[in-house]
Amino acid sequence: MKLHEYQSKRLFEKQGVPIPSGAIASTPQEARDAAKQLGGRVVVKSQVLVGGRGKAGGIKLADGPEEAAAHAKAILGMRIKGLPVRKVLIDEAADIAQEIYLGIVVDRAARRAAMMASSEGGVEIEEVARVNPEAIKRVTIDPCLGLRGYQTLQLAKGIGLPKAQYRSFGRIAQGLYSAFTAYDASLAEINPLVMTGGGELLAVDGKMVIDDSALFRHADLAEMRDVEAEAPAEREARQAGLSYVKLDGTIGCMVNGAGLAMATMDIIKHFGGAPANFLDIGGGAQAERVAKALRLILEDESVAAVLFNIFGGITRCDEVARGILAAFEEVKPSVPLVARLVGTNEKEGRALLDASSYDLITAETLADAAQRAVAAAG
Amino acid sequence: MAILVDKDTRLLVQGITGREGEFHSTQMLDYGTQVVAGVTPGKGGARACDDRVPVFDTVAEAMAETGANASIIYVPARFAPNAIIEAADAGMDLVVCITEGVPVLDMIEVRAYLDHQGTRLVGPNYPGLLSPGQAKVGIMPGHIAAPGPVGVVSRSGTLTYEVVYALTNRGIRQTTCVGIGGDPIIGTDFIDALTLFEQDGETEQVVLIGEIGGTAEERAAEFIDEHMTKPVTAFVAGRTAPPGKRMGHAGAIIQGGTGTAADKIAAFEAVDVPVAEHPEQIADIVEGRAGL
Repeated sequence: MKLHEYQSKRLFEKQGVPIPSGAIASTPQEARDAAKQLGGRVVVKSQVLVGGRGKAGGIKLADGPEEAAAHAKAILGMRIKGLPVRKVLIDEAADIAQEIYLGIVVDRAARRAAMMASSEGGVEIEEVARVNPEAIKRVTIDPCLGLRGYQTLQLAKGIGLPKAQYRSFGRIAQGLYSAFTAYDASLAEINPLVMTGGGELLAVDGKMVIDDSALFRHADLAEMRDVEAEAPAEREARQAGLSYVKLDGTIGCMVNGAGLAMATMDIIKHFGGAPANFLDIGGGAQAERVAKALRLILEDESVAAVLFNIFGGITRCDEVARGILAAFEEVKPSVPLVARLVGTNEKEGRALLDASSYDLITAETLADAAQRAVAAAG
Repeated sequence: MAILVDKDTRLLVQGITGREGEFHSTQMLDYGTQVVAGVTPGKGGARACDDRVPVFDTVAEAMAETGANASIIYVPARFAPNAIIEAADAGMDLVVCITEGVPVLDMIEVRAYLDHQGTRLVGPNYPGLLSPGQAKVGIMPGHIAAPGPVGVVSRSGTLTYEVVYALTNRGIRQTTCVGIGGDPIIGTDFIDALTLFEQDGETEQVVLIGEIGGTAEERAAEFIDEHMTKPVTAFVAGRTAPPGKRMGHAGAIIQGGTGTAADKIAAFEAVDVPVAEHPEQIADIVEGRAGL
């Protein structure tokens, strides 16, 4: 789950990371009041869960309350990469002498959290990694020992920070690591961490991604989820416990298991079609779940055919077939349907589908099923 | 021979009195696996699976009483880290964790502890281990596999079944099918499993099933090039996956341009590991590579 900049920065601040004074606004009037309160120059920053806000015109400097209100008015009406801007953050403008990057990720190969710093802040770290990888300094963190002072010193020295900033950099790095562990993050990032003309370090932007699997112990964070940032179908799917990702194609896919669902999308492409979605209905295939999934798929108007690919392992194919037929009773699909059931009791399952009154195309192999679905979708 | 589990494995089930635990324990017993003990805190003294398995309160007690040498974990995600650590602390050699949705930071701690103890973990978020004809440890459907010379290692569940089923139907049988799990932080990885298959006297070929996310496949390709004498055939799921979206598994996500199927396929092809375009092609390639 991604958090907004203002949410991330508030959590960083709780762990001792200095951030600019600021306030959140959802109307131009609130933006005006916030700017008045802060005094001086402010930055008006759109709060959307995508990168590239600045380039899209979603971040503007304002000299005073009136200008802040005008910028807020423009930005609050914008869509950035398809997402509507509902809130802006009004932050005191920082006096920027240098921009640094500081972030923590889960290093899957090292099986540890890794902290990265770079003297090239303010641009995406992936870009720096591609163009100038030597600029990124990295330490991995032993979960039993935590982030150690010598490690933050290595980073500070590695990115060429002046000696006078070593201590404050160390405190900020520790604060960021505390936030990372306290809130079960899979990513925590300050980009840029700004050094002001006066030599102070300040987290001007912040980003955090929370591990969905850990939300059970962070009820307060779970409430911060921006449900508007999800596609409506993805939100419905999440609430129903289904794993769904909308894609651009025309063939709806209903599959049990994530790996098999991806392989099914791939084989559709291989035979010249385009998948409309990723959908994993998970273990078992009760009628209710199948119906919910089918409704989601059919709500997408670009879907011209649906492919069911179910591997009956512990779940028997005849049970799955009954689930599918019961779901049809409820949903009444109007596009061609291709079903491939394989595994335990596959013959019984296929016979049930063949005997039904629905015009269902059955297939034995995945390759065959994919080709039939591609043909049916036109 | 087989890797990790065989007919001599004496299995302990943590969470045996839960719905999933009891169901799958019965399936494992019916397959012929020696399920010698179960653990559910507070239910010591009871018996599970129609009176076939004694239940203990702790792993240490169960090991002392029954000589269990491997443990499988079916407990819910929030209790799984504790269960894994308990098994390692009791001196268990092999711990397998089926549970999906264990928090990543918990797994980082668990991994650090297990490395320190020298315990082998397989999983979490995975379908288990199956050495056909010998032992089924997990939730894989036993009847889709048959004993033979091909090792299978995979990050996925039903996709593994699909591949194993296709292999078996073509008369290509298996030594052991190993699920390694779909999470970002796991125990046994591709390289560990490949090492075991390379050492195993009966395994003649290996099938590796990868997916998008992370760089485990790239590292496996490097390892195959440097250390494997046995032929490996690969498959990578997620060629059509968009960047930035989690495809079901917690670990299946393309981030910052890394973890794409294209990179993984290129890494395998660069070291002459053939990559199947779809699951059914795997059997064609394997068949063509040996006198099976």
